[in-house]
Amino acid sequence: MKHTTIFSKMKFKPNPRSLLIALTIALLLLPFITDALLGRGWVRIVDFAMLYIMLALGLNIVVGYAGLLDLGYIAFFAVGAYCYALTGSPHLALAFPVAFPDGVHLSFWIVLPLAALLAGGFGVLLGAPTLRLRGDYLAIVTLGFGEIIRIFLNNLNAPINLTNGPQGISRIDAVNVAGAPLSATQNILGISFPSVHLYYYLFLAFTALVIFVSQRLEKSRIGRAWMAIREDEIAASAMGINTRDLKLLAFAMGAMFGGASGALFAGFQGFVSPESFSLMESIMVLCMVVLGGMGNIAGVILGGILLAVLPEVLRHSVVPMQQALFGKIIVDPESLRMLLFGGALIVMMLYRPAGLLPSRVRRRELGSDEVAEKA
Amino acid sequence: MTHTPSLLQLSSVSKQFGGLSALSDVSLHIRRGEIYGLIGPNGAGKTTLFNVITGLYQPSAGEFQFNGTHYQTAKPHVLAQAGIARTFQNIRLFANLTALENVMIGRHVRTRAGVFGALLRNRATRDEEHAIAERARKLLHYVGISKPAQTLAKHLSYGEQRRLEIARALATDPQLLALDEPAAGMNATETASLKKLLKTIRDGGITVLLIEHDVKLIMGLCDRVAVLDYGKKIAEDVPEGVRKDPAVIAAYLGGGDD
Amino acid sequence: MEIFLQQIINGLVQGSVYALVALGYTMVYGILGLINFAHGEVVMIGAMLALSALTSLLGMGAPPALALLLSIGLAMLGCMVLGYSIERIAYRPLRHAPRLAPLITAIGVSIVLQNLAMMIWGREYHSFPQMIANHSHTFGGAIINDIQIIVFVLALAIMAGLMVVVHRTRLGRAMRAVAENQHAAQLMGVDINRVISITFMLGSALAAVAGMMISASYGLAHYYMGFLLGLKAFTAAVLGGIGNLRGAMLGGLLLGLIESLGAGYIGDFTGGFFGSNYQDVFAFFVLIIVLVFRPSGLLGERLAERA
Repeated sequence: MKHTTIFSKMKFKPNPRSLLIALTIALLLLPFITDALLGRGWVRIVDFAMLYIMLALGLNIVVGYAGLLDLGYIAFFAVGAYCYALTGSPHLALAFPVAFPDGVHLSFWIVLPLAALLAGGFGVLLGAPTLRLRGDYLAIVTLGFGEIIRIFLNNLNAPINLTNGPQGISRIDAVNVAGAPLSATQNILGISFPSVHLYYYLFLAFTALVIFVSQRLEKSRIGRAWMAIREDEIAASAMGINTRDLKLLAFAMGAMFGGASGALFAGFQGFVSPESFSLMESIMVLCMVVLGGMGNIAGVILGGILLAVLPEVLRHSVVPMQQALFGKIIVDPESLRMLLFGGALIVMMLYRPAGLLPSRVRRRELGSDEVAEKA
Repeated sequence: MTHTPSLLQLSSVSKQFGGLSALSDVSLHIRRGEIYGLIGPNGAGKTTLFNVITGLYQPSAGEFQFNGTHYQTAKPHVLAQAGIARTFQNIRLFANLTALENVMIGRHVRTRAGVFGALLRNRATRDEEHAIAERARKLLHYVGISKPAQTLAKHLSYGEQRRLEIARALATDPQLLALDEPAAGMNATETASLKKLLKTIRDGGITVLLIEHDVKLIMGLCDRVAVLDYGKKIAEDVPEGVRKDPAVIAAYLGGGDD
Repeated sequence: MEIFLQQIINGLVQGSVYALVALGYTMVYGILGLINFAHGEVVMIGAMLALSALTSLLGMGAPPALALLLSIGLAMLGCMVLGYSIERIAYRPLRHAPRLAPLITAIGVSIVLQNLAMMIWGREYHSFPQMIANHSHTFGGAIINDIQIIVFVLALAIMAGLMVVVHRTRLGRAMRAVAENQHAAQLMGVDINRVISITFMLGSALAAVAGMMISASYGLAHYYMGFLLGLKAFTAAVLGGIGNLRGAMLGGLLLGLIESLGAGYIGDFTGGFFGSNYQDVFAFFVLIIVLVFRPSGLLGERLAERA
């Protein structure tokens, strides 16, 4: 309920522009504040939270706008991550010592669009046969796809070592911006920016871009058609909407966002392994979308922040608490986290299907009712 | 405009579900600019016929011709593009979208903006969006919805929801407006104003196909009426003729009170 | 040739377990039009319950045959309660909600069950106690052991029993009526909620038996075993034609054969590039191929969006 009041107050602030400027300044200072108050480790956590928000916003297009349940979303993230891991590291020298004696080192900015396209291509391959069927099939096929990608990543180290199997690929090149690698501390205008800060700004820019794209799509002819499909597919097709093509578009666009985020992830972490792309990660991203409110950008961002920070909070609270109470650890924070996610999915659907934040439409409707009463 | 007098012509359309025959050998034609009624006892195949015309079902045999083009199997969105718009017997609005958005979605099929238009929001897209919203507002007014355009569809009254469905269908610029029991569940006042609305729509140049339970409404409104019974057409005439048709009388007396 | 026969035997045994699990998917789908994603986890819980009961009963010195019967019974009972609760808590309140809602709660239920199981039974593999001497028989050069024979015969018997229930009893008639047309069935005086509850309980009981069989034939049980098993059994149900009981049985057996023959020969076909570690991939490709070419499955009817 607290969110509602904060939100309605924000809505009636006299000057939204000054609010936006204040928000921008706060976001720009955030890594320095976090660093000073909580330590550098938390800046890294904030970076990961931004990645998750990007992922969640991408999935929101698929689940929130078009109403398609994608349970293997992390697989597209994996495709993007390995795309850059292979083309931006010494790894391929192992498989092709003659062709690439030093591995392949393409620029991140060339790989990024390719990773997005490749992931989108996988999305089309997967979506084309399934999207003409009922929604449940998409759910289960994507679930299977998520597992298959992991099986391939785990096993494609022999006879030709493509993925290095469970060990994963390391020494991935850092992202370069204007010739400066973000993996090292940079001095700009006399201020020193550690690597995690630099990545924060990179991710912030990308998150802003994803938000911009989502917003534009939401309030467009395409976005309306997606929502029509989400609300009632038969009625949508009777209104002349080619439901199959539009579903495929949503699915492929979501996959592209996933792929791009994956490439960012690989560059940031410098290391990828199949472990990062388990089903649980897909569920976590889905949880972010559902918790905040499907189809609602602000809600999805809130969900992303909550769930990205939750594991850290659990790690810092559950373990010492159990140590103090029982003298040993009975429930490890990881499974407690998953238990909470699963429970949250059920409880949200049963009691608050619109999510934590009231949706855009609901807010607008409340606003217009007030106007109508005054008139 | 083509010179054919009929807008829609069905030739020997049949539809089977499993072993059951829901429609057998139905032929009929709807003329441009008329209000054409389709009645029949419960389970006579009215909705099945309707779903064939609007592409939800594929006919098992036969074909139909709309506006000079032959169709045997066509997807609903193709027929909407061709100019057939419909409403649903058990209202199927986009419940969690606003009244305005519902009607705007009806414009989808007559507008063009794609992903790049949405992202760039260039001149053409903005103009198109503006025109869509403008048209949608006009249609809301036209069908007589007085609530704010931003009201969620699910919060409209029952009668208004029916009207909103009609507005949404009209937004597709149809040549044939097909209504599946639009007066179901309406009270006498609502039915009377619906009748007026349908006449206005017809006078605006749109052909109307009406399926109804309410025989009185059909008789008072339609130019011509077809009667289905057990999946067969048993009569097709002006209301007066149908009323006197012995086969129709028998079907209705035998089929209970409706 | 011996390898071929061996793979056929392994495939049929494995497939009969898939069939039992697939029946659970298909029965619920037939009646509710819902994919019960949590079904694989019910199998896992069944296996774990049976194994725990068996170990402690044997530890208390119960005779093996009695311990086995009791633990199967206990697992079935536990899973029936579980299946009933899942439907009541996670599906029934959402029966008229948008389609996405019950799918999401189903995923939530799976995650909860999996992690609860991990908390209770830990991350480690639990081994199935060796109770009877598991004799091996050679059969045309291939080997088949007692457990495999028991699993296969028992699975066939249970399936036959289910067919009798569905086609020869009042309950079965009610189930078929609800599957055909819920509204009409209700008008005819069928208590729909009761039929749905019983369907979930029946499917869950089958799942418990299947879970026990799987852990007996591999000698292992694990908190994560339900996920892949569920996915494969669902594939089996789709392969046979989802909603169709005979289809689920056929699909299960076929999928077992495809997997075991595929794993046996993939090395030869790909020149050693892919090995049997890709076994789990086959089910997925079968699923995609079926959905592309025959979404209604082998025995199913047309499967378009219902109006």
